[in-house]
Amino acid sequence: MSFIRPVFRHPESPKNDLGYTRQYYEGALSTLCAGCGHDSISGAIIQACFELNIEPHRVAKLSGIGCSSKTPAYYLGNSHGFNSVHGRMPSVTTGASLANRKLLYLGVSGDGDTASIGMGQFVHVIRRNLNMVYIVMNNGCYGLTKGQDSATADFGSINKSGSANLFQNIDLVGLALELGATFVGRSFSGDKGHLVPMIKAAMAHNGFAFIDVISPCVTFNNNVGSTKSYDYVRAHMEATSAIDLVPEKEEITTSYAEGSTKLIEMHDHSMIELHKLAEGWDPTDQHSAVQKLQESRNKGEILTGLIYVDTESKDLHDLIETVPQPLNTLTEQDLCPGSGTLERINGEFR
Amino acid sequence: MEPTNIKDPEYFHKVVDCQYACPAHTPVPHYIRLIAAERYSEAYMVNWESNVFPGVLGRTCDRPCEPACRRVRVEEKPVAICRLKRVAADNKGDVKQYMPQGPFAPNGKKIALIGAGPAALTVARDLAPLGYELHIYDELPKGGGMMRSQIPSFRLPMEVLDEEVNFILDLGIHQHFNTYVSSMREVLSKDYDAIFVGTGAPRGRALTDLPGYEEVKANVHVGIDWLSSVAFEHTEKIGRRVLVLGGGNTAMDCCRTSRRLGGEEVKVVVRSPFAEMKASPWEIEDAQREGIPFYNNHVPKAFVAENGKLCGMTFTKVEPVVDENGKRKMVPTGEPDVFFEADDVLVAIGQENSFPWIERDLGLDFDRWDLPVLDPVTHQSTLPNVFFGGDAAFGPKNVITAVAHGHQAAVSIDIFCTGKNLHKDRPDPMTNLVSQKMGIHEWSYHSQVTDDHRFAVPHADNALALKDRKLEVELGFDPATGFKEAQRCLNCDIQTVFSESLCIECDACVDICPTDCITFTVNGEEEDLRTRLSAPANNLTQDLYVSDVLKTGRVMLKDENVCLHCGLCAERCPTAAWDMKKYLYSVTKAGHQCFSEL
Ligand SMILES: Cc1cc2nc3c(=O)[nH]c(=O)nc-3n(C[C@H](O)[C@H](O)[C@H](O)COP(=O)(O)OP(=O)(O)OC[C@H]3O[C@@H](n4cnc5c(N)ncnc54)[C@H](O)[C@@H]3O)c2cc1C
Ligand SMILES: Cc1ncc(C[n+]2csc(CCOP(=O)(O)OP(=O)(O)O)c2C)c(N)n1
Ligand code: SF4
Ligand code: SF4
Ligand code: SF4
Ligand SMILES: [Mg+2]
Repeated sequence: MSFIRPVFRHPESPKNDLGYTRQYYEGALSTLCAGCGHDSISGAIIQACFELNIEPHRVAKLSGIGCSSKTPAYYLGNSHGFNSVHGRMPSVTTGASLANRKLLYLGVSGDGDTASIGMGQFVHVIRRNLNMVYIVMNNGCYGLTKGQDSATADFGSINKSGSANLFQNIDLVGLALELGATFVGRSFSGDKGHLVPMIKAAMAHNGFAFIDVISPCVTFNNNVGSTKSYDYVRAHMEATSAIDLVPEKEEITTSYAEGSTKLIEMHDHSMIELHKLAEGWDPTDQHSAVQKLQESRNKGEILTGLIYVDTESKDLHDLIETVPQPLNTLTEQDLCPGSGTLERINGEFR
Repeated sequence: MEPTNIKDPEYFHKVVDCQYACPAHTPVPHYIRLIAAERYSEAYMVNWESNVFPGVLGRTCDRPCEPACRRVRVEEKPVAICRLKRVAADNKGDVKQYMPQGPFAPNGKKIALIGAGPAALTVARDLAPLGYELHIYDELPKGGGMMRSQIPSFRLPMEVLDEEVNFILDLGIHQHFNTYVSSMREVLSKDYDAIFVGTGAPRGRALTDLPGYEEVKANVHVGIDWLSSVAFEHTEKIGRRVLVLGGGNTAMDCCRTSRRLGGEEVKVVVRSPFAEMKASPWEIEDAQREGIPFYNNHVPKAFVAENGKLCGMTFTKVEPVVDENGKRKMVPTGEPDVFFEADDVLVAIGQENSFPWIERDLGLDFDRWDLPVLDPVTHQSTLPNVFFGGDAAFGPKNVITAVAHGHQAAVSIDIFCTGKNLHKDRPDPMTNLVSQKMGIHEWSYHSQVTDDHRFAVPHADNALALKDRKLEVELGFDPATGFKEAQRCLNCDIQTVFSESLCIECDACVDICPTDCITFTVNGEEEDLRTRLSAPANNLTQDLYVSDVLKTGRVMLKDENVCLHCGLCAERCPTAAWDMKKYLYSVTKAGHQCFSEL
């Protein structure tokens, strides 16, 4: 059993604009089960940060409890991290973001961590449009506690012990749309070509960016009859479109036929490029997103891809009009501007 | 690309870079692991089986394996493969008990071996256990060829050589030493079923046509003749001022030997620039460590005499110039000639083949370089019962090449004597591929990759070494350092073997691989695929391992180039679609066909 990764890397590993190779974005060697979907998501996060030229010390990675919530140890070893309590990642992130709005907040959670114990926190963080990326590594079970059905397990899905799930499932994508999330997508851990640009797009979004990533639990929920197995997901995925994120400074060169491509300009002026668009769906129209989701649900398909984005989104800081600089950099001078200022303010209420 | 045929014995052989580069294809990582396990005798026997002279080669091998070592593709220096071989030899126990034990039941066939260098001794070793009556001839008093006559004792102690030569002679070889073979016709007229010629490349080039030669020739020596006369203790000293001409390994042995025989001012003078010298870097380093200066870009012009005795030589200074055809030439710089004082000159500017004892009307053809015309695979000459090997076959090379030739010639002789076809009936190499899985994430080998840099071999004190021609300079690794050096080996013979039917395409192997070897993508032509992999795949000498089509329509592609054989892909694979399997490749040896006929 290996506990550490060899130090050697490919001698011609590409470097990004900051001069870092992907190695700089790695974390410790994973202790998850071999083949766990969560590890692939970690790999996609590393790849996305590398490609976006993100300085690791500008990132804070946060999580709750679960196999999924263990993953921050396995990526971005040079970033800030906080492994919080079960289901409480959103409130810890909210606090951190209020203290320092300048960091990129990357929260990861499980379907148990989010849709069961953390549901209250989840709905409120959406409602507040906290500027963060929120990834749910969704395996339809509580992996860490040995695979009990979670709230996202589909009705009728058969678990490893052979019994079918008796309860209706919570579709986190539907819920997020309903609650007014400003960026909603779904992806699959087994398809990095799709997942990496999705994470990049979410990172470019100003506001709450939610990605539900179906991530098979190979140990407890990859059996025949499970709707969260590698085979089942591969057979039932229906993509809204292919997706790409083009940074602001790069020229867009599409090779797709006109009309089948859509460009969405993000807050940071990068462009989301969508190809092979599904019919009757407009990612900037919440109504069509809800409709599309419902349609594929009726067909028994799993809708993946970017589902909805609001590029005009106002995040929590915009809404509560905090100062532009991080609150943790405010000095006593800023916070106690003196009795003259107090008198002026009091004067306004007279 | 077509799915890779891993059943081709050469596919995984190529992945074991060191073994593939070794002319005798010694299973390097296999013996390195045995050294790490302190199983020195077994490590020795693995070597003995394939390269016959582990103690000799562990000190003197040209080591083509080391530049090929995979380690240089991920860090600076290769595993000290050669010096690890010596660790096995130095620490072995009674290995004779593991060797074939005679007397062997005679098979009625009689073979003559001309020359008792490494090539002929290898033939003898391979054929003796099969019951051949072997007669070995050499003009020298003992076996070993140039290993004895040329390689100085400070690099190769006599006891080491004697022991390994005797392992072979003790197999019941009929020895005819002090016997110069002066006529091939005569050998052919005897009742030998086959003849092996391993007489080496015995003639050193001289500089007899340089002005002044005739007058001073008493003090101008041909390097290899002089070394041989030192080895057999006919020469015990040399003048105070010595010039060694030449930049190859013979020159290095000449200058270092001179330093030990009274040469105080020994200079090496070389035609070519320093960077182009033929000597191995480590031999140059050893000479430099003994305080010997090198004068490069000096072309010998004349011998200079004083009172009818050599007093020095003049040289023309040259410099490399690239002409309009892009060819590099050495052109005089126009500076005044250089004069170096000398009491003796050793000429070490090359070696040639010479077969004065083979009559040219026997039907044994020679080419225009006066080398025998041979089948490159079977080593058979145009006289079907005469085979060549070692330096005598394709010109001067080295000990390990001579050994490799010996194995192939022995196979040919054995097939020839049983009346079969030398090509069609040539047995395949023996190969074996076995899983190393011991538990869910446990391997039978130490899969962790150490980042230690190459350890240096300690040397004897210079002052002591220069006083004694026979004192070995290199001391070899002690067992503890040997262990650490052995751990640097990446176990390239533990192959990553992929089973497409088990793969669920979860990407775990792609994510974990530290060196980005693995990619899942749609198939294409190799050229195009090489541009689409997880990491650049620019080393065209290394193969891409391609699977059959997987469920998603993609294929698995692995660039073998910088795989660390760390086993992480297999550890992270939930379905054991990857397995780590040990590949043992053993070169065809005489007698192997007996097994294939069973
Ligand atoms: C100075 C020097 C240093 C070297 N150092 C190294 C080294 O460090 N490492 C390395 O790998 N290689 C080294 N070599 C090369 C190596 O020694 C040879 O390549 C190797 O020994 C060739 O083996 P062989 O079996 O072909 O014949 P040889 O070793 O050349 O043996 C041929 C034998 O045949 C005998 N013989 C020849 N003609 C007749 C005849 N007509 N009748 C009877 N006997 C005859 C000779 O006496 C000799 O013993 C060195 C060579 C020289 C010159
Ligand atoms: C307050 C609290 N309640 C219960 C638990 C036990 N527990 C640990 S992980 C877990 C479920 C994790 O499921 P999920 O978030 O889906 O993560 P997965 O392991 O599937 O990735 C539970 C219930 C806990 N650690 N803390
Ligand atoms: S139990 Fe399931 S979710 Fe947890 S590490 Fe193993 S495969 Fe992944
Ligand atoms: S690492 Fe070991 S097995 Fe690989 S080429 Fe080097 S010595 Fe040979
Ligand atoms: S053994 Fe596997 S994981 Fe390790 S370097 Fe080779 S391909 Fe990569
Ligand atoms: Mg879960």
